[in-house]
Amino acid sequence: MKVLVPVKRVIDPNVRPRVKADGTGVDLANIKMAMNPFCEIAVEEAVRMKEKGVVTEIVLVSIGPAQAQETIRIGLAMGGDRGILVQTDVAVEPLAVAKILAKIVEAEQPGLVITGKQAIDDDANQTGQMLAALLDWPQGSFASAVAMDGDKLKVTREVDGGLQTVSLSLPAVVTTDLRLNEPRFASLPNIMKAKKKPIDTKAPADYGVDVTPRLSVVKVAEPKKREAGEKVADVDALIAKLKSVGAI
Amino acid sequence: MAVLVLAEHSNDALNDATAKTVAAAQAFGGDIDVLVAGHNAKAAADAAAKLAGVRKVIHVEGEAFSHALAEAVEALVVPMMSGYDAFFAPATTTGKNVAPRIAAKLDVMQISEITKVIDASTFERPIYAGNAILTVKSADAKKVVTVRGTAFQAVAATGSASVETAAAPAGPFKATFVSEELQKSDRPELASAKRVVSGGRALASAEQFNQYILPLADKLGAGVGASRAAVDAGYAPNDFQVGQTGKVVAPELYIAIGISGAIQHLAGMKDSKIIVAINKDEEAPIFQIADYALVGDLFKIVPELTSKL
Repeated sequence: MKVLVPVKRVIDPNVRPRVKADGTGVDLANIKMAMNPFCEIAVEEAVRMKEKGVVTEIVLVSIGPAQAQETIRIGLAMGGDRGILVQTDVAVEPLAVAKILAKIVEAEQPGLVITGKQAIDDDANQTGQMLAALLDWPQGSFASAVAMDGDKLKVTREVDGGLQTVSLSLPAVVTTDLRLNEPRFASLPNIMKAKKKPIDTKAPADYGVDVTPRLSVVKVAEPKKREAGEKVADVDALIAKLKSVGAI
Repeated sequence: MAVLVLAEHSNDALNDATAKTVAAAQAFGGDIDVLVAGHNAKAAADAAAKLAGVRKVIHVEGEAFSHALAEAVEALVVPMMSGYDAFFAPATTTGKNVAPRIAAKLDVMQISEITKVIDASTFERPIYAGNAILTVKSADAKKVVTVRGTAFQAVAATGSASVETAAAPAGPFKATFVSEELQKSDRPELASAKRVVSGGRALASAEQFNQYILPLADKLGAGVGASRAAVDAGYAPNDFQVGQTGKVVAPELYIAIGISGAIQHLAGMKDSKIIVAINKDEEAPIFQIADYALVGDLFKIVPELTSKL
């Protein structure tokens, strides 16, 4: 089975984002970028399925600027086989991403698509579900365990009350939650090998998808600041404070 | 204008997130209908009919809806949307699972986890783990929105809307329910609890998490939360996780115990009214947003606090 894994280039999760002074967005100039952590989990899961012999080929896709090629290279170093970069400088929204991915699925015919459940920049949590809908495929979102079960895929999902397990007919879309696995670090030899793996460069127009945003940014603002409060000396002082403000 | 609100429920009861989503729909404007799709869900439908400001409840019965499978809910909602200008779902795991499917089928770009309705096409939502607040305007003819419950006050249960029944779409669907393991607890539900006690990595084991955090939570009648680090380490179950990718809470009182305060955790609790942090590391980032900071050994402080309350 072939697996398609979309990967997104985002701000490094350890960097604190700063809102631009003119309120048009978040300042990403000279900021360290990385693969979205949920996408790393998606790549790792695909690689583990390949190691188990369930998966034969892993195709990585990134939709973004030229530098998104670096994000694909990281995934190739983790164990991906080849990449497709759909290059654009437009900040492509989840709906358009899903449409491009649907076209790539048509061409590549994977049996499974594994996406991250959300990107840590726009926190949208939409792409995987949208892709599943456009393809009329079933979905296992927020997955914490994935296993083949005959010709079905059993997916355990993290839901508000605990865990839910669903059985999906294939092909299907899975979106990853944090506990699905712990992604490996790419070793230096694998990073070197990844440089020779092929990456196709395409444009959104090659797939006939209009990536003009449907949502326009009115403004981006700093959240209300919370000031540090006061230090209390001991438990008695804490209880007194909480009583004085009516919290207990 | 008319809005279809997806109810969050457990068949025999309506979840509080529904009343908060109705409140957001009221701010949007127009007639509000609530869809209760479930299995033996008459109790939930009746409860939805009592929500203030609701025009009518649409009650749909079907086996596939007993666990709100996204494929089935999509098949139900998409044809209904010809009669509505907007679809509002709570930003629960159910709403997040299904709303993007409906948006994609309607060719609409969804607006996720709104915290404010500015007008019928403009909304506020947090991005970058709440480190920035985006005001966004939608050019789509219909709106598909998920609603962050902590940002809206639940409407009262003072209404008396009619309940209509509608037919369920024919299956089978490509996904089927297998099983679920839900945490059974008498404690208040984390997302809507007035008080929350959360534990972090410093608890160091599941036994100690249970031994130190739970008695304090019970003394306060609080819900129990955890940092991602504590959940990843197996000290607490996944549904306890508070943060950017877990639950977002905004209780009257939030007590963070042994939690350093990564931005991903702060994203899930910084709108709490009063924040107490107990941590032995004076430099822990959690202290930068805490109203009351107690520096010291949680294994001494927490039992003392529990016994003195």
